[in-house]
Amino acid sequence: MSILGNRVLRKEDQKFLTTGGTYVEDVPLEGAVHIVYVRSPMAHARIRSIETSEALESPGVVAVFTAQDIDLDPMPPGAPFANRAMTRPWLADGVVRFVGDMVAAVVADTRERAVDGAELVFVDYETLTPVVDASTAADNPTLVHEDAGTNVVLRLPDDFVSAGIEQVAAEVDLFEGCDVVIRQRMVNQRVAPCPLEVRASAAKWEDGHLTQWSTTQAPHSVKDTLVQLFELQPDQVRVIAPDVGGGFGAKIGGYPEELFVAWVSRRIDRPARWVETRSESMMTLGHGRGQIQEAELGGTRDGKLLGYKLTITQDAGAYPNFGAFLPVMTRLMLTGVYDITKTEFSSCSVATNTNPTVAYRGAGRPEATAAIERMVDIFADEIGMDPAELRRKNLIGKECFPFTTAVGTTYDIGDYEQALDRVLEAAGYAELREEQRQRRDSGDTKQMGIGLSTYVEVTNGIPGSEFGAVEVLADGKARVRTGTSPHGQGHVTAWAMLVADQLGIPVEDVEVIHGDTDEVPRGVGTFGSKSLQSGGVAVHQAAERVVEKAKKLVADLLEANPNDIELDKENRRFHVAGTPSVTKSWAELVEASGDAGLSAEVDFAAPGPTFPFGAHIVVAEVDTETGHVSLERIIAVDDAGRLMNPLIAEGQVHGGLAQGVAQALMEEMCYDDQGNPITANLADYAFVSAAELPSFETHPMETPTPINPLGAKGIGESGTIGSTPAVQNAVVDALSHLGVRHVDMPTTPIRVWSAIKEAKGDR
Amino acid sequence: MIPVAFDYVRAESLDEAIAALSEHGDEAKLLAGGHSLLPLMKLRLGTPSVLVDIGRLSELSFVRDEDTYIAIGALTRHHDVQHDTIVLREAPLLAAVAGRIGDPQVRHRGTIGGSLAHADPASDLPGAVLALDGTLVARGPAGDREIPASEFFKGFLETTLAPSEVLVEIRVPKGTTGHSYQKFVRRSQDWAIVGVAVARVNGHVGVSLVNVASTPVRATAVEQALASGASAADAAEQAAEGLEPTGDANATPEFRRHLARVLTRRGLVEAGL
Ligand SMILES: Cc1cc2nc3c(=O)[nH]c(=O)nc-3n(C[C@H](O)[C@H](O)[C@H](O)COP(=O)(O)OP(=O)(O)OC[C@H]3O[C@@H](n4cnc5c(N)ncnc54)[C@H](O)[C@@H]3O)c2cc1C
Repeated sequence: MSILGNRVLRKEDQKFLTTGGTYVEDVPLEGAVHIVYVRSPMAHARIRSIETSEALESPGVVAVFTAQDIDLDPMPPGAPFANRAMTRPWLADGVVRFVGDMVAAVVADTRERAVDGAELVFVDYETLTPVVDASTAADNPTLVHEDAGTNVVLRLPDDFVSAGIEQVAAEVDLFEGCDVVIRQRMVNQRVAPCPLEVRASAAKWEDGHLTQWSTTQAPHSVKDTLVQLFELQPDQVRVIAPDVGGGFGAKIGGYPEELFVAWVSRRIDRPARWVETRSESMMTLGHGRGQIQEAELGGTRDGKLLGYKLTITQDAGAYPNFGAFLPVMTRLMLTGVYDITKTEFSSCSVATNTNPTVAYRGAGRPEATAAIERMVDIFADEIGMDPAELRRKNLIGKECFPFTTAVGTTYDIGDYEQALDRVLEAAGYAELREEQRQRRDSGDTKQMGIGLSTYVEVTNGIPGSEFGAVEVLADGKARVRTGTSPHGQGHVTAWAMLVADQLGIPVEDVEVIHGDTDEVPRGVGTFGSKSLQSGGVAVHQAAERVVEKAKKLVADLLEANPNDIELDKENRRFHVAGTPSVTKSWAELVEASGDAGLSAEVDFAAPGPTFPFGAHIVVAEVDTETGHVSLERIIAVDDAGRLMNPLIAEGQVHGGLAQGVAQALMEEMCYDDQGNPITANLADYAFVSAAELPSFETHPMETPTPINPLGAKGIGESGTIGSTPAVQNAVVDALSHLGVRHVDMPTTPIRVWSAIKEAKGDR
Repeated sequence: MIPVAFDYVRAESLDEAIAALSEHGDEAKLLAGGHSLLPLMKLRLGTPSVLVDIGRLSELSFVRDEDTYIAIGALTRHHDVQHDTIVLREAPLLAAVAGRIGDPQVRHRGTIGGSLAHADPASDLPGAVLALDGTLVARGPAGDREIPASEFFKGFLETTLAPSEVLVEIRVPKGTTGHSYQKFVRRSQDWAIVGVAVARVNGHVGVSLVNVASTPVRATAVEQALASGASAADAAEQAAEGLEPTGDANATPEFRRHLARVLTRRGLVEAGL
């Protein structure tokens, strides 16, 4: 019996729950200096002068650097297609563009003294008008980057058409035949990723070789950047991502704060390190989401959805990064699980004087789901149809896969109706509606809301291969090297299971090496819910090859045909079919293999992405007097194809649900009208906690994908994608009988209270 | 998150603490649980040059039943106030309020004296002691001084304690027949957006409001309405009388006034009125 599909406990948890693992800050580095960045307190200002002499005299301060000291080309913009004039300098060069922009780097022998020194750097600023509101940034005469001549970073489809990537879409009469067309403006607010481990970096040069420690999701890409920046040979750079305490997409690329550490180290010829504070992290680690959406949905009175239009303004922040590119991902998943044949999409990504936006758990797809799921609910309300019924009427049928949507995305496989049926049944939907009716009739101050969402998303969406290697060691244990870079996902256990499944070597005897570019020759990293279906498959195939090699070797040794060799996985021994008494163990085979060893490497490139899906129901109680929302139940049916370890998958769903709830109910990164962040610590920023969450009711569903041999799709982001609109829909549903039609996220007490008041006509 | 350098004095007795405060004057700060002071120092919003640590003065950690009132030592941790049998019996409002502060870590470190002396208008215990008509005992170089709670809070993070005085004891009357603490928060561990403390003690009803002004305030209009026979619902309508709360990301002034009314009504009802 295969170990796959079992709830194997995570090997790595012992360490994380006891010693806490080894993070970049824990790496000992003899004689290292500490860097503290002086950051701008202004959103937009010209730097008149920087006075560093007092800082330089401060005890322990070794050096203070400003823009003029730097002899290193800036990092290329993190956003494809971005205007080069919007490139971020290492340290602000004449103009600061957001609160938190780096102005100077203070280097001292201890962190404490670097902090003291940083207070003695005096910057004279001339205030400029900030561009804070993304919705008007495109036409704002004030420019975030003067030289760029515009605040617009990327326009879709226009920029893709002029780049020759796509053709001008044919004119369609979008709402032809529609009885009803509804419109709604929605804000998919900016959030702070808040990984438990903030950013940290350390660097050391020895004989022209650079070792860089980084808390990243993609060490090989950090290495590539360093090779390019310092004009080195690949073998001169080693990047190590030790244990990484969460990333959520925000730690995919290398940040200037981190890579600059290598420059400082080289310049002063000492190892150097940097770690940010929590407030610094909340202000300057890339933010997620940040879309303003204008949507229109049309259909017939009997519930056939016909046309959908979405127009997006994407806030890219001061220096366009991946955030500017998010609308591309949103468009990919525009119509979700529905068969809507006519669509129109346009977006405008703009620069503003705020922290840059990046990928964040779902990266563009949650925004698509939030928009369509909210619109479907409003449409149902408008035509007086149950939202579950309206969904059912428009779902893509399971017989239609592979299915290409109106925007040209091809979904691999799905059974959306089954997911919907299952969640309705698990929730006891009819009884819930009945209870809701009774509460409405009684006029209770606490009203009940039932929110649905049916979603589909795309995982492993970026083409390319991932590396995996398996090697059997002299003692009969195994070692895996993987290009994925886990930071909470449990690959150490999951990849060991893949090897155990093929080789019979038990999970505890399989070592998994990741996050070190000297140990792992190639790698892409971990993001976009890609790891199992790319790096996992590579490990699986490498293990298969090792078994093949072993069989050949056994055949040679026992003078038999390789096809007749069997591996008795239980006893971890090979024998010729029919003669189980003469056997060879893994250790014996490794010895027999001599210098060649017993190993295999695979670079697996999936033929395409996969499209996990599911259906969520949230039951909320809304206090109509105070606007307070409490969640009573969250029922989630998620289908990520074949589940290799349901325990780990469930963990991913739990975290995803919590994060999705957080966006719907709690979290928002806010700036005032002068561009000052006003939620830059965990007291002001309503990071969700266990106390605000009900116990999750999760129901796995398995529709294997034909795309890869494991039948697996991604599960890392599903929870976040499905739950957010379900919560938001539940809040609105609790109030719809009072005339409330929409409440923007996060659905805070003041927003809910104001919406009720407005519906009552009090204002 | 690194404070400016400071000197540290560990007081071995109350007298030593008072002497150290007298010596260093305005430059010195007492350190109790550290859960208000240290965060301010780490953000460099507070920069005392001397910390006088009273954290180990066990003489200041007690709960005593004193005939008509109970006395609580200033260094009694929130967790202990929450679970102490005398407090639970004689001043259940305080126990309930202490149990709503922050999270378990905060409740195991933070002290009632620190909470009152810090005088954050969003803190919970100051409002409760005010609703209970408590008395605070301060000790300075000249001896003990009793301060009614109604005269203790002067402004935002400001009390009538002198720089060389240590708050040693909090007294609240016995005889509670009904109480409620309505703390309106978004997350369980948050500070109150608005809080309302209600205490029925010896036939009198005390109502105080948290986080609607620069200090905790008594809802005098509500108390008067109740005294002249108004129903809980009618009296609660007076809760925002004279209030000019500030707005922030969680609430506009108007929403705070609204919450004050709703929570007062709920508090009065829960207290059996
Ligand atoms: C994460 C977090 C969440 C919190 N949530 C809440 C909450 O929901 N509600 C709430 O009410 N509070 C909350 N607090 C604050 C907490 O209750 C503090 O413990 C309390 O406000 C201060 O008590 P302390 O003993 O820690 O005082 P310290 O921080 O040690 O001191 C605070 C101030 O009081 C002075 N002081 C202390 N003791 C005395 C004394 N005996 N005499 C004279 N002056 C003295 C100090 O010099 C200092 O100025 C929270 C704190 C944190 C860190």
